[in-house]
Amino acid sequence: MTARAPTADPQSGPAEIAARRRAMALFARARRDELAEPIAKRWPDHGARDLKPVESGLVMLRGRIGGDGAPFNLGEATVTRAVVELQTGERGFAHILGRDAETARLAAIADGLWQRPAMRGDVETIVLAPIAERLAAEAAKTRAETAATRVDFFTLVRGEDAE
Amino acid sequence: MSALAFADPTFESQAAFRRIMRAMSAPATVLSCGEALAPPPPLARAAAAALLTLADFETPLWIAPSFPAAVRDYLVFHTGAPRAAQLDKAAFALVDLAADGLDLARFAQGTAEYPDRSTTIVVQAASFEAGPRLLISGPGVKGEASLAVSPLPTDFVAQWAANRARFPLGVDLIVVADARLAALPRSAAIAEGAR
Repeated sequence: MTARAPTADPQSGPAEIAARRRAMALFARARRDELAEPIAKRWPDHGARDLKPVESGLVMLRGRIGGDGAPFNLGEATVTRAVVELQTGERGFAHILGRDAETARLAAIADGLWQRPAMRGDVETIVLAPIAERLAAEAAKTRAETAATRVDFFTLVRGEDAE
Repeated sequence: MSALAFADPTFESQAAFRRIMRAMSAPATVLSCGEALAPPPPLARAAAAALLTLADFETPLWIAPSFPAAVRDYLVFHTGAPRAAQLDKAAFALVDLAADGLDLARFAQGTAEYPDRSTTIVVQAASFEAGPRLLISGPGVKGEASLAVSPLPTDFVAQWAANRARFPLGVDLIVVADARLAALPRSAAIAEGAR
């Protein structure tokens, strides 16, 4: 493509892409209040409007047994997509699990704000950090609960192989 | 500010699809389409409606060079269609009759096994009132129908005869002017009428 969207970062190298991916993944897993409150407080004048109507649909989830087997269709997941344009021209995109249109829109607005270099630091500390913290805490809790039920099997030498 | 597409994609694209299908089944019938759209100029509303309805990520789209980047961005952003590198790889093409030439033979003609793999060309005209009158007959037309398209290349009727000679291969046209469209499927026969 020769013509790029006005929001596409001209210096979008691999590092930039990885950072955006991480940010969008976190926005997608945020609860609504985790996005709504900071955006309403810190960026009430974002002036976002929908570029495409917020839509819910299905995506096919594919899996591979053991991570490297033949791919198979695991099932479908409900996904909601939002695409917004901020007053300043950035385009924010979000895909979230479920059918919560408002959360999808907020996640897209957050993505748009994150793209503005002057805002990125604030978005990282005010919006992303709490989400990342909560997700890490939840993951740690799940790990701890799983670890408590863990059983390690040992096969002791039973003697029949002994010479 | 970027231009918006259908406000209600499901129903509006279905309505537009119905119009396009009706136009295809009755060549030379002029129908209104895409009145509610506001695409970036010079893209006609009916052209925008047709491409927003038909094009998607699986249909390479060729856009004539006369269209500005705003039109290309609009169509690519809202349809997700990949840009076709060459004319004969395009599933859909957008051509402005006033600014671009029209050479039907250069587009994809389909193959004997898959005649449907030809280019459907959205041809943007200025009006259906002025210009040479085409007499159209064939499937879907009772007797003979007439359609005026302006501007039209001088050799259009000869080009169309060659296109029809390739049947079942050949391209199909969707002719648009502002918020109206008519279709010329490859099965239609066109003769030059009185001016």
